[in-house]
Amino acid sequence: MTHYLLAVHGPAERNEFGNYGSKEEMEEAFAATGAFNDKLHADGYWVFAGGLQSASTATVVDGQGETPVMTDGPYLETKEVIGGFWVIDAPDLDVALKLAAEGSKACRGKVEVRPFDGIA
Amino acid sequence: MQGATAAVERVFREEYGRLIASLVRRFGDIDIAQEAAGEALVAALERWPESGVPPNPGGWLTTTAGNRAIDRIRREKRRDAKHQAAFMYSPMSSAYDDTPHEHTGPVEDDRLRLLFTCCHPALAPKARIALTLRLLGGLTVAEIAQAFLVPETTMAQRVTRAKKKIAAARVPYRVPEAADLPERLGGVLAVLFLVFNEGYLATGDGDPVRAELTGEAIRLTRVLRQLLPEEPEVAGLLGLLLLTEARREARVRNGQLVPLGEQDRAGWDRGLIAEGHDLVRECLAINRPGRYQILAAINAVHTDAPTAPDTDWSQVVALYDQLTRLDPSPIVALNRAVAVAELDGPEVALSLVDRLPLTGYHAWHVARADMLRRLGRTAEAKVSYDAAIAATQNSAERAYLGKKRGELV
Repeated sequence: MTHYLLAVHGPAERNEFGNYGSKEEMEEAFAATGAFNDKLHADGYWVFAGGLQSASTATVVDGQGETPVMTDGPYLETKEVIGGFWVIDAPDLDVALKLAAEGSKACRGKVEVRPFDGIA
Repeated sequence: MQGATAAVERVFREEYGRLIASLVRRFGDIDIAQEAAGEALVAALERWPESGVPPNPGGWLTTTAGNRAIDRIRREKRRDAKHQAAFMYSPMSSAYDDTPHEHTGPVEDDRLRLLFTCCHPALAPKARIALTLRLLGGLTVAEIAQAFLVPETTMAQRVTRAKKKIAAARVPYRVPEAADLPERLGGVLAVLFLVFNEGYLATGDGDPVRAELTGEAIRLTRVLRQLLPEEPEVAGLLGLLLLTEARREARVRNGQLVPLGEQDRAGWDRGLIAEGHDLVRECLAINRPGRYQILAAINAVHTDAPTAPDTDWSQVVALYDQLTRLDPSPIVALNRAVAVAELDGPEVALSLVDRLPLTGYHAWHVARADMLRRLGRTAEAKVSYDAAIAATQNSAERAYLGKKRGELV
């Protein structure tokens, strides 16, 4: 089994309905994502998942120097950012890609699939 | 002695795909498989010239390579034990999988599994072609680089990167489940067709035709057909490639491309044509048409005509109509328009061609130039020939287009 990160990419700027067009769309996406999460649990793929606050709430910390340096905002200023993610445990990439397609449909965003090099 | 070495290398190349595929299945790692195969070649080069080629050279190579791989894994396991902490989170630790082999789709064949791995949709299209030629075709990285006119280091990086992704992301060595097979098979057929096309009309300015690529594509498609005899699209692709390959010798004369209508049909390979026609008939009987089957049928119509004017163009246009329903792309529309020019004349065809968004595609300019020439619109034809020449690097095609342009007064 291999751990994969399924990272959901979406616009950096969010409106009052998150990344969605309307309240109804947002609620539908949340419901579909909830159902997908239940399926991950039931089928034994689930490791961890979460949605992130908007990129504007991020702080970058560089602790390599004598005193840590804090910078307001995300590390990269881009139009598309990671809005949330799943960590799954799957037997191979085909399974991970299938799950990513389901997750993408549920949350209505593009999903990047990346294997972990290891998990501590 | 040199002859003996060449004989060993020829056997090795013929057996390479099968050898690598069985080693990958056994050891679950492409690098281990390739290194073990390389060591088996060295052993064969030492032994065979003296003892003679064994009765079953493929079996000999597989056994020898398998033993070398096991030796290597044992050595690495001992080393791993010493450095376990350092290796714990590395993909190396999963290089050798002791667990029994996973469930493997409908067809059991090592080469077929590996072909689906090489053509996996998670790999970049260029990497799929390179990996297929390297691992199943047994071509060296240098040969593939030369065939696609990229520096050897670029091709080596492309292959290495793809192999690394296969290992790290765990692209499975598996024939897809029946439900996913049609889609995934499409990717495999596309790679084989691209390899063939690159050989049949090379993009670069080197050899205009690369028989090693057309030959390799046909060989791999034959393997695929053996493994999936029930799939009509596989039969269709093989038919298409054979009927196209049959005309290869007649297609270039004095360094110039010779278009279908002007080819010396006595130079066509009748054996390949007969085999291709049999495949097309087989597809018709199955009656589950697809893109490659229709393209094969179109080529069957062409190769059925004793002379170019005998061509049944209404049949060709009807087949393109059928293809358009499956694949309404501008490229198909362009090829259909070329057939329409023969059936309804160049004026009707030109109005179809002018609507297509293909100004960056050299074949679009070639088709327009020819239609304008036939309509006597010489000045416009010259501009189109110039655009066509500028859009291709293939020396034989440039020579042909230059000649046609020169004939315009």
